[in-house]
Amino acid sequence: MELIFEKSRPGRRASRVPDYGLTKPELPPELRRAHPPRLPEVAESEIVRHITALADRTFGIDTGFYPLGSCTMKHNPRVNERVGRLAGFRDLHPYQEDDGAQGALELMWHLQGILAEVAGLPAVTLQPAAGSQGELAGLMLMRAYFADRGEERDTIITADTAHGTNPASVTMAGYKLERVETDARGNLDLDDLRGKVNERTAGLMLTNPSTLGLFDEGIEKVARIFHDAGALLYYDGANLNAVVGISRPGDMGFDIVHYNLHKTFSQPHGGGGPGGGPVAVRERIEPYLPAPVVVRDGDAFRLDHDRPKSIGRVRGFAGPFGVFVRSYAFMRAYGPELREMSEVAVLNANYLLARLRDAYDLPYDRHCMHEFVLSARTLKREHGITALDVAKRLMDYGIHPPTVYFPLVVPEALMIEPTETEPKERLDDFVDAMQAIAREAAESPELLKEAPHARPVRRLDEVRAAKQPVLRYQFDEKPALVD
Amino acid sequence: MGYLSLTDADRAEMLAAIGVSSLDELFEQIPPAVRLDRELDVPPALPELELVRHLTELAERNAHTGVELSFLGAGIYDHYVPAVVDVLLSRGEFLTAYTPYQPEMSQGVLQAIFEYQTVICELTGMDVSNASGYDGCTVAADACFVAKHTSDRAKVVLAETLNPQVRQVVKTYARGFGLEVTEIPHRGGTIDPDELAVEAADAAAVIVQQPNFFGCLEPAPDLAAAAEEAGAHAIAHVDLMSLGVLEAPGEYGCAMAIGEGQSVGCPPLYGGPHYGFFAARQDFVRRMPGRIVGETVDLDGQRAFVLTLQTREQHIRREKATSNITTNQTLLALAGLVTLEWLGPQGLREVGETCVALTEYAKERLDLPLAFERPTFSEVAVRLPRPARDVIRDARARGVHPGYALGRDYPGMDDVLLVALTEKRTPADVDRLAAVLAGVC
Repeated sequence: MELIFEKSRPGRRASRVPDYGLTKPELPPELRRAHPPRLPEVAESEIVRHITALADRTFGIDTGFYPLGSCTMKHNPRVNERVGRLAGFRDLHPYQEDDGAQGALELMWHLQGILAEVAGLPAVTLQPAAGSQGELAGLMLMRAYFADRGEERDTIITADTAHGTNPASVTMAGYKLERVETDARGNLDLDDLRGKVNERTAGLMLTNPSTLGLFDEGIEKVARIFHDAGALLYYDGANLNAVVGISRPGDMGFDIVHYNLHKTFSQPHGGGGPGGGPVAVRERIEPYLPAPVVVRDGDAFRLDHDRPKSIGRVRGFAGPFGVFVRSYAFMRAYGPELREMSEVAVLNANYLLARLRDAYDLPYDRHCMHEFVLSARTLKREHGITALDVAKRLMDYGIHPPTVYFPLVVPEALMIEPTETEPKERLDDFVDAMQAIAREAAESPELLKEAPHARPVRRLDEVRAAKQPVLRYQFDEKPALVD
Repeated sequence: MGYLSLTDADRAEMLAAIGVSSLDELFEQIPPAVRLDRELDVPPALPELELVRHLTELAERNAHTGVELSFLGAGIYDHYVPAVVDVLLSRGEFLTAYTPYQPEMSQGVLQAIFEYQTVICELTGMDVSNASGYDGCTVAADACFVAKHTSDRAKVVLAETLNPQVRQVVKTYARGFGLEVTEIPHRGGTIDPDELAVEAADAAAVIVQQPNFFGCLEPAPDLAAAAEEAGAHAIAHVDLMSLGVLEAPGEYGCAMAIGEGQSVGCPPLYGGPHYGFFAARQDFVRRMPGRIVGETVDLDGQRAFVLTLQTREQHIRREKATSNITTNQTLLALAGLVTLEWLGPQGLREVGETCVALTEYAKERLDLPLAFERPTFSEVAVRLPRPARDVIRDARARGVHPGYALGRDYPGMDDVLLVALTEKRTPADVDRLAAVLAGVC
């Protein structure tokens, strides 16, 4: 389809800007724009059709099943969108004085409280903009904590199953990275761990359940190893949807936890964002939280900026407030039954696992938590069909592919997370599609090699995209000067 | 309550298929000592109607711009968001998709990001843009990370007239990056190019803001030239809404252009979510943070779009990545794109001209001494005869929020009020502000 720039015609426009009859101002010539930007010149009707056509070429949870592992693609309740757009939230300036923002501050205070209860840790900052930023903030908290104690520790340990964000955050925080292996049951290898934890270790970053969808059965021992060495434990909340109300990171021994509000608490993913990455901590780490924090004084709420030991600010203002409204509304729709949310997420995943284990390889043969990892290694060996081929063929069945080739410890990995909101019929549709694809791999592998067949485009030349990058529309000619 | 789908019959059938007699068996992998043996202590569940009532009650306790006539800006601006943005936000495909890892499923969102990258490049005069960063603060930290890795210097210089929150975030990140951060003071509201040249002599980058935090127009071309001559990357922190009337940073030699995108397409929303933009010259493309969409072809040779240059990113490069970012601000960035499509080049220029004109009108009508004798875009700092905080309190009692107290960030400026004007304020609104300020000063 055409780009919006190709629909542009000189002189066409959608906007009408009010004319207040003021004198046209003079800007210093050296600061004034010489050539107008080549923004598209289009009427409103074409903008609406363009957006609609783009939407038609995009697959969301609203379109169909989206079992993208570790991304928790659950239904996004529409009441959250309605309350997120209330004028009292939408049109509230972040520098409004606290007495003019009591409703917003109260909402954030309640949200902090619910998050603290879910984590089993007392203090929360809402500021980080996404899970990755929560990770980075968590590592900065470790740094500040140890610096304050006069301890020099320079190494962070991650699992070989960790999301790529963990090692990337470690580097950005100025730490060295050490990797620990996963054992045959999918738990952290305790012997490997004992050999790597020492007085230089600042802490562990761990996802639990792991990216294999398995709860680390040795978590108490893991926590003891780190705490005995004076180190801290960081909980990557990417997989929190498995354990809300069932097991709390604070009770597992973690000292710092981040949440992904766009995963567990249903902030819509928006084609890539926005998200929210609050962080909860134990008492001894609270003094270092980013400022401001919402506090309650009697019946009033305020932003507390006076935090002398704070790591500083990681983002503008108190955090992505619109995300807070949606997540708070989501939590209030469940109440204590948030536990049932996680239970059903785990039930749905185990049901899929049970029904797919014969058609695909199962590298870790245990009950899973909210997601699980299959492997297409046998399909590849016997029929030359890869995880990517399976993923592309699923598209023809109207299903978004799972996460593929991750975690790295599983060859030809297919990481599947159904979430709690799917009805059994949709799970059965997925099972039918995956089983059919496994049969097709044997009977007509070319069908998979050439998939997808029913999407707006076929497979792309990704090498060309990277080798000859075209990262913006190439205008043919200079624009006519607009005056 | 909640949003679950399974019936009791479904559950029984599914447990049987799994081969367990109860749900509890699935959780036996969790050691008993770390299981929660009680109900979560959280507020009770609310049906949808009561949820709306509760949230509405909270919303109504906020003094939003429909309640107070507001002249607050200081980085977040109350520009008009056109109704066509609602078309985008209400399409579930955009709302409920995630990062387009599978391009065949996501051509729409990929093309939209490609169009967004193009308009950001057009506005800033840069060659490449990423798909968005978190906000105007974190993109500044990202830019410092890029500067560090494309220079052998370990210092960044920030203008004191750069948004204080941006400076705070850069300082937070800089410790991990191993970067020293210094600041250059303003002289009468703007930065002096000669002072900048001295400070930049051993710096990887200099960040200046145009228009700056005081609303003043910096001598940005001179500042950029001074930085680049000193061997430091010039980074401009700019307001997209100003770029219909103000020169593009690429035209005056900047290496990177960054900023807070909120003013184009996003309501204030108590601070977010909004979007940060990050654009740069071609030579920085392989050090850029974040997602980037590129054009290619499919097997049939038809044009298609895909996430590209992914070897920069954390899921491939892990600890050697250029950034840890995954989730970004795509939906808000696309709201910005749609707003710019609606404005077009003429609309963007007209909004800019209206802002400049209203600000001139306010200078005339307020009858207060200007804190700085400098040209302005959409904000003006005025001196009050009383502390700004007291004036704000008294003016709010009369239904007008007159602006931002600069003393919150700048010692010695307790009597300075920063007044923001957008096209949503009318000359009559400015008259009312003038009358209220005259009454409380």
